[in-house]
Amino acid sequence: MTATVTPARTPRPAGRDGFAQLLRAEWTKFRTVRGWVIGAVVAVLLTVGLGLFAGAGGSSSCASGNGPARSGAACAPSLTTGPGGGPVTDSFYFVRQPLAGNGSITVRMTSLTGELPDLTANPANQGLQIPMRAGLMSWAKAGLIIKDGTSEGSAYAAMMVTADHGVRMQADYTQDTPGLPGALSASDPRWLRLTRSGDTITGYDSADGTHWTQVGSTRLAGLPTTAQVGLFTASPIDAVITETFGGGNNGNEAPSQATAVFDHLGLAGSWTAGAWSGDYVGGGNYAPGIGSYHQAGGQFTVTGSGDIAPIPSGPSAPGGPSITITNLLIGTFAGLIALIVVATLFITAEYRRGLIRVTLAASPRRGRVLGAKAVVIGSASFVAGLVAAAAAVIVGKSIARRRQYVFPVSWATELRVVVGTAALIAVVAVLALAVGAMMRRSAAAVTTVIVAIVLPYILAVASILPAGAGDWLLRLTPAAGFAVQQAATAYPQVQALYTPNGGYYPLAPWAGLAVLAGFAALALAAAVLLLGRRDA
Amino acid sequence: MNMSHALRAEWTKLRTVAGPAWLLAALVTLTVAVSALATAAVSCPSATACPVDEAKLSLTGVQFGQAIVAVLAVLAITGEYSTGMIRVTLTAMPRRTTVLAAKAGLLAALALAAGALAAAGSVLAGRLILPGHGFTPDRGFALLSLANATMLRAAGGSVLYLALIALLSLGISTMVRDSAVAIGIILALLYLFPIVANVVTNEQWHRHLEQIGPMTAGLAIQATTDLSSLPISPWAGLGVLAAWAAGAMLAGGLVLRLRDA
Repeated sequence: MTATVTPARTPRPAGRDGFAQLLRAEWTKFRTVRGWVIGAVVAVLLTVGLGLFAGAGGSSSCASGNGPARSGAACAPSLTTGPGGGPVTDSFYFVRQPLAGNGSITVRMTSLTGELPDLTANPANQGLQIPMRAGLMSWAKAGLIIKDGTSEGSAYAAMMVTADHGVRMQADYTQDTPGLPGALSASDPRWLRLTRSGDTITGYDSADGTHWTQVGSTRLAGLPTTAQVGLFTASPIDAVITETFGGGNNGNEAPSQATAVFDHLGLAGSWTAGAWSGDYVGGGNYAPGIGSYHQAGGQFTVTGSGDIAPIPSGPSAPGGPSITITNLLIGTFAGLIALIVVATLFITAEYRRGLIRVTLAASPRRGRVLGAKAVVIGSASFVAGLVAAAAAVIVGKSIARRRQYVFPVSWATELRVVVGTAALIAVVAVLALAVGAMMRRSAAAVTTVIVAIVLPYILAVASILPAGAGDWLLRLTPAAGFAVQQAATAYPQVQALYTPNGGYYPLAPWAGLAVLAGFAALALAAAVLLLGRRDA
Repeated sequence: MNMSHALRAEWTKLRTVAGPAWLLAALVTLTVAVSALATAAVSCPSATACPVDEAKLSLTGVQFGQAIVAVLAVLAITGEYSTGMIRVTLTAMPRRTTVLAAKAGLLAALALAAGALAAAGSVLAGRLILPGHGFTPDRGFALLSLANATMLRAAGGSVLYLALIALLSLGISTMVRDSAVAIGIILALLYLFPIVANVVTNEQWHRHLEQIGPMTAGLAIQATTDLSSLPISPWAGLGVLAAWAAGAMLAGGLVLRLRDA
């Protein structure tokens, strides 16, 4: 009997050139160099620490108190909150009566005129009577409104004619739907109608009172059976909006006013007309309180000031210090610089020590080596960035709330800002790795990446350049990626300074990150090409 | 071995490698280019008030140029550490402070020379570009000229600013010894102050940050209009940067003396 004897043999090791092995090799290099791990930890600590500093914003400001509307012990300014949770302005002149059940109200509007303060007058004259001139704010508005009550910030739906933006249906401060375009005149009047059916309010407009078009429809959850219904006029505060030459938009501001003329006021459905009464809604610190009305025959002339609109965040927001969660992530810049150093060294250190020759001998497919390095440094940076950003936002908010107003954002926005910050840091780390592979010199590579991403931001946000030039820097340079951190919402129906300095980026969040990712991809492709062609 | 020998040795080291010459050329051309681009991006449409500081605007490129000066200074010392040359240097010249002083003197002189070219080029670009963008003499904007004392202070101060940045960078990199870490620390020190100050809502903290930041305080030297609203006066601001540079050089000198090379 012969038996087949299998000779003892150690199992053949699996291939050493697989991508998984490469990843493992690169990960081992990364985690065993103490300085790099320390660098990543420093990046996290700097990001969180500076975020908390920005959140604190200076507790001493509470004691000195140089802004208006700080309430007692809490230093955060109190702003009126709308049904959506965001801060709103809610002040206007209201000619109203309580009406129960379902019904509809119709009116014809024949004129909208106004007066603007003369802000070119010497700012030192503030406090004296500011001279007025004829004119209208672009978003001066008048029309019909159905409102939950007369308390500030309550729910509403309104059909209105605006000075420069035609007929609009607006509801609950943030909703804004366009209707008939064009300006209003006695020969070209506008007819407006609001219909209530349960919680649903529908708005219509018409040029002749017979042919009606539905503009929009909205649901006001929890609208009481008896709502306040009537005519309103509002005209926002006029402010000199200075371009941020050298930063700082010190605006001169004063109330404007508008006057609307209505006739053919009619009620239908279960609504029957009682007596109209006029009063000013909203007596907050920022309400100008100008308003009056008189009724002659079927004609109502209503003068008002103020605004029914959301308050956008930024330096022009009223009520003392206010921030968005973007400000809590200001430490990202410090974290980025630390990670740029680590990511650059991740490749340049191999050149300095000659380790690159061992690496490439062990794994001759050079592109895959760089790919593995990019995956490792990108993932490590993403995790570090995620931890840092989440901690900065969560802890920073709780600190900031005690000292300044934090603009509320939806959880989806918050998630996008935090995850986006992590992605931003990861992409910059890959960019630094690629530039390091191209240049092979640490100092030159680190400087190139930091200057490419941080300097355009400084020039756009905190320098002498006007907002327009700053916008272009934030579209075309790697600094575009910071758009992913934008938490502020720009409202077209509110005239304000929507500039980078105030936290408004010219590109949409993910588009901005895509520009940065484009730079990183190009650099990585060039690095792979050069690594393949040049001697190591 | 005295100072002149040390200076000569350092000059030979700098002169015989390609890097420094390229960096100096880049410093001049890119500073002027960034200044010219910034100037070209600003225009003053007729019938509007333009509160623009022409001097500051025309010298914008210094904010970029300082990064190149920092690289030059960092490489002057970390290059020796990465190649081990530092041991030869210190064997030949055992008085370590003399070595550092020679490096500092040489770097400051180079930064002054290249910075002067860069600043003059930037002002010239501003002089040529600004009138075409609405900043004309008949609207109250004087043609930029170094004969004007304030303009000369802004331009000359910018040159001094660059020299001080070179010293600050040399001091930090002598302490740190690694080029990537050193340049990271220097650029963070320069660029983070204006960024963080921008989001601090408290007026006093905002001002304090701008007063102590080496870049925010130092660049006050470029301001020529609305001086009363500056967080720090021009020369005091440059003094703050000088204090930073002196502190960094002192700490660098101590580390060089006390630590093994």
